[in-house]
Amino acid sequence: MPDSQNLLDVRGLKVHFPIEKGIIFKRVAGWVRAVDGVDFSIKKGEALGLVGESGCGKSTTAMAVAQLQTATAGQVFLEGRDLASLSAKDLRAARKDFQLVFQDPYSSLDPRQKAQDIIAEPLRIFAKNGLITMDEAAIQRESLSLMDRCGLSASFATRYPHEFSGGQRQRIGIARALALGPKLIIADEPVSALDVSIQSQILNLLKDLQKDFDLTFLFIAHDLAVIEYFCTRIAVMYLGRIVEITDAATMARNPLHPYTKALLSAVPLPDPRKERSRRRIILKGDVPSPSIEYKGCPFRERCPQAMEKCALSPPSLMQAEEGHQVSCFLYGGA
Amino acid sequence: MKSNRLTRNPIAMTGLAIIGLYLLVILVSTFWLPFDPVEMDIDHLLEGPSLATGHLFGTDEFGRDILSRIMKGTSISLIISIAATALGAVIGTTMGTWAGYLGGRWDHWLMRVADVMFSFPSLLLAIFVMAILGEKTYNVIIAIGIVYIPQFARISRGAILTIKSSEFIKAARSNGASSTFILRKHLLPNILVPLIVQVSLSLSVAILLESSLSFLGLGVQPPAPSWGNMLSSARKVMVLAPWTAIYPGLAIVFLVLGFNLLGDGLRDILDPRLRNVR
Repeated sequence: MPDSQNLLDVRGLKVHFPIEKGIIFKRVAGWVRAVDGVDFSIKKGEALGLVGESGCGKSTTAMAVAQLQTATAGQVFLEGRDLASLSAKDLRAARKDFQLVFQDPYSSLDPRQKAQDIIAEPLRIFAKNGLITMDEAAIQRESLSLMDRCGLSASFATRYPHEFSGGQRQRIGIARALALGPKLIIADEPVSALDVSIQSQILNLLKDLQKDFDLTFLFIAHDLAVIEYFCTRIAVMYLGRIVEITDAATMARNPLHPYTKALLSAVPLPDPRKERSRRRIILKGDVPSPSIEYKGCPFRERCPQAMEKCALSPPSLMQAEEGHQVSCFLYGGA
Repeated sequence: MKSNRLTRNPIAMTGLAIIGLYLLVILVSTFWLPFDPVEMDIDHLLEGPSLATGHLFGTDEFGRDILSRIMKGTSISLIISIAATALGAVIGTTMGTWAGYLGGRWDHWLMRVADVMFSFPSLLLAIFVMAILGEKTYNVIIAIGIVYIPQFARISRGAILTIKSSEFIKAARSNGASSTFILRKHLLPNILVPLIVQVSLSLSVAILLESSLSFLGLGVQPPAPSWGNMLSSARKVMVLAPWTAIYPGLAIVFLVLGFNLLGDGLRDILDPRLRNVR
């Protein structure tokens, strides 16, 4: 049962997509296992970073948590409530508590809506459905104050998205996500599309907002530096599964899984002397296709420390030390 | 503010002026015509345009005044063009947007139906429908409307598909917006530009289709005048009396031009991304 301390509990989440064949009469030829059994939980006020290379299922996990993608199996508990079991009406009301910040600041805003209308839209939808009581004047005031809080001048209210820069657009997206006063923000690579100087501005804004609004984050990124700066805990994903999860400091000091080690060794160091002595672990081959079902560990073929038993059965996530879980036979398990 | 942008756009205003001129002709023709458009006059067969006789555009092979016939035909041609485009646009866009938005089986079968309709050349399809329905003026509207359905369905579906996967649609869904709300507030406004271009093209093509049908004897039936059947009957005497073909032809050309200009202008006005570009 989910822990009451946790805001979000994800249990055995699986998202499989069918591969369809045939032109007129479609049949299912196989499955892409985008997310294949993911477990994690986030405590109130925490920021969990989900990291992994592209195609490993990070974004699909985010969409499934946000209930925008139907999960094939598993549950998502928000404050102990299983979101998938809610009726359409209850889910609509529950959406107030979890909101999304998107990756692409260009496609995440409707080009035909003015900035203020974009930010006010969640409020208008909820007011229309009778889920909050707010009149138009209050919505206007609230959206303006949100713009101000996210560093946008009130004079921008009537501008269209194409009149803003990437960073400003992302601020609009963040203000929209905050409009309903959510508890959880699911940020799907919120800074990946921005250049480095803007990245830090947006990250600092998110940090400030986290303090002020008492937010909890599920933060998805492929940039380890961003994750280490922003998150209190880090989960590493590989091919639809979490291979290692621990707090940010432990992850940097003592990574256990061979994949995490390789990932961390790829980060360049700012100190040139240290950088010269940095030993990179180069992985052979590519990420295997998620449409094949693996009997053993999915990382086996690229792993420098693969053993015989890795081919027999997949390792499950287990405790290697206090607050540090890893799914690898090197650290125990049958 | 919107009317301001319209008046500041010279292309749209030119188109609107041309269409306005035709509307004025319709208004005048309901109260007054230089001659009776259907009355024959065997004393003045195939007379050239002249001020003296009062036949400004000349007369046809039955001695009927061509100007009066063009004026009378304006309302018929314009009504057919607007009604047929409206019919095709409403049904086609509804079909296309839902097919594109819902996807899956719906999309599959609706679009196969559209494909079958698309596989016939538009004039052939219109002739086919006319043959089934019979040669009546309002059947011309239905026939041209049916020709337009797959075109609008295709365009709206394609446009919906490109924006359906946008993150702002996901954002709206994560705010608890219903499908109808998303369709109305986010999808339709964003496919307006290709649709308006298509409407303006369709209005003009409808004039040409109606003319073709009437030319083939399937459209507006004589003696009622339409630009198409005027051209059709002029074909036989065109070499002797070119004015019988030139003036109805010019009437078609200018109206088509008017619709196209208006469509071009509206596209620029309605797209916020093109608004402040000079």
